[in-house]
Amino acid sequence: MTEGDRPSSLQKLDAELRKARERERGGDGPDERADSGGGRSTSGLGLAFRIGSELVAGLAVGLGVGWALDRWLGTGPWLMVVFFFLGSAAGILNVWRTMEKMARETDGDQSR
Amino acid sequence: LASPLEQFQIKPLIQLPKIAGVDISYTNSSLWMTIAVIVVFSFMTLGMRRAALVPGRWQSMAELSYEFVANMLKEQVGTAGLKYFPLVFTLFMFILAGNLLGMVPYSFTFTSHIIVTFGLAFCVFLAVTGLAIAKHGIHFFSFFVPQGVPAVMLILMVPIEILSYLTRPVSLSIRLFANMMAGHTMLKVFAGFVVGLGILGGWAPLAVNVVLTGFEILVCFLQAYVFAVLTCIYINDAVHLHH
Repeated sequence: MTEGDRPSSLQKLDAELRKARERERGGDGPDERADSGGGRSTSGLGLAFRIGSELVAGLAVGLGVGWALDRWLGTGPWLMVVFFFLGSAAGILNVWRTMEKMARETDGDQSR
Repeated sequence: LASPLEQFQIKPLIQLPKIAGVDISYTNSSLWMTIAVIVVFSFMTLGMRRAALVPGRWQSMAELSYEFVANMLKEQVGTAGLKYFPLVFTLFMFILAGNLLGMVPYSFTFTSHIIVTFGLAFCVFLAVTGLAIAKHGIHFFSFFVPQGVPAVMLILMVPIEILSYLTRPVSLSIRLFANMMAGHTMLKVFAGFVVGLGILGGWAPLAVNVVLTGFEILVCFLQAYVFAVLTCIYINDAVHLHH
């Protein structure tokens, strides 16, 4: 009895799957894309955290490298000062790249 | 009242002798890492134990997490990126398990320690740099020379590019650790208010705590996702060698 049941339920599932796939193909594009785009840019807070940490990391690495070089070369505080500025520039560059990438992705989604 | 930072204290559970001045005791942090590995391992293997054509709930969760990471890699790197699936999947599941296990009362959130997240991020950094050098050899260093920039500006731009490359593991680790630590501290602070205000006024911070708990679970997933997605982006940079 159960063995007679199984194929029919599988066939039914198969038919339903095919129907769902056709529906998806028919209603192509917008739905699906909106979904994948929404997943990526998610919450503003996540973005804020991402950018904040990028800036902090730039400064931290700049100061760290400057401090280490100063200790190694014995050049007083000067390399640390220079690398402070270079580090903050690197942080801003990272934020710029992040935003550029994000803008490209959202533009791509809209124009398609 | 207990300090809200007490939850981050490392406590040795099994004292082990120091090796070359390094304390290798088995701590509560190590315990929860072990638990995370066991949870992920059993989640995947037990879920796929009876790999059915039509998956049950558990199996479909395991398959979903697999496909989620595989799609992420395909989207960021292309099909060439699937070679690096084990690395990204392991990182994602381990961090996700660590974040979520931290939400269990009385547990320890090992991802709230910067040395743990930095360790993970630095492994990614080393792996990605090694990959880029293995793939492109000496040509890898052209990554630090931006195109279309006058030669005079290169004196300034090359150090900035190198620093920008070095910030990767730092920003990757700061993001995860700061999110987890801030969230858990906030939960503890509001829990302290509940006790402090007593039965009359304690309901307001309790309601806030309920909302914060839900929010924290969202952050658990989000931060594991961000860590994995940035790893994918770095792999993409290493494979294709452009920003």
